[in-house]
Amino acid sequence: MDRLSVEAKVENLYQITDYVEEELEAIGVPLGHITSVCIAIEEVYVNIASYAYKDETGKVDVEIDTKDSSINIKFFDEGTPYNPLEKMDPDINLPAEKRQQGGLGIYMIKKIMDEVEYEYKDNKNILTMVKGF
Amino acid sequence: MTINEKIESDKIVLEVEGKVDRLTTQQLQDAILLALQKMRQLEIDFGGVNYISSAGLRALLMGQKTAQSKQGRMYLTKVTEPVKEIFNITGFSSFLEIQ
Repeated sequence: MDRLSVEAKVENLYQITDYVEEELEAIGVPLGHITSVCIAIEEVYVNIASYAYKDETGKVDVEIDTKDSSINIKFFDEGTPYNPLEKMDPDINLPAEKRQQGGLGIYMIKKIMDEVEYEYKDNKNILTMVKGF
Repeated sequence: MTINEKIESDKIVLEVEGKVDRLTTQQLQDAILLALQKMRQLEIDFGGVNYISSAGLRALLMGQKTAQSKQGRMYLTKVTEPVKEIFNITGFSSFLEIQ
């Protein structure tokens, strides 16, 4: 198991995605899977960096674990308790002119990853995502 | 991400290469909106893009809406498989013109 901690700022995005990319490459996850997992990672991270700490700053920890051809990634933050999975899915059948901005990120996480779970524990938001490879 | 703009007789072509993510999407959005101010037809060559997040999709949505409101046309060419998959799961493939 490996772990990285960064200050929750949008501009630190590449610290997170580069780290996840390197970890997954090192264990031989196919490139196509790495790309889609990184997109899901971006969605989670940007969400936390944009909303979790409001005007203050705080930490985001990301933890990667792999076993039996399955990637397990956990995000931890100590911001406002928030379960992103409760957000209603957007209507993806709407034409462009009726689309609103936003709401797609969480939906993409759910579609890309095989499992996504949220819990609030020890004053932390914990989002766990699993994908087989 | 890099964007190369080519002005042709009837359209502008934007050749995009790299990741279209939260940190680069503003650059793409600005290039799309500027191109649609200059000409009504815009081709976005996406052959060099394998990665697009929801932030990148917002730039394309904005471009599509702008093109429609100006009775113009925005279309994408050379779209790679990973990007097609993102367009499919988000329903963007139903309104984007993809050649």
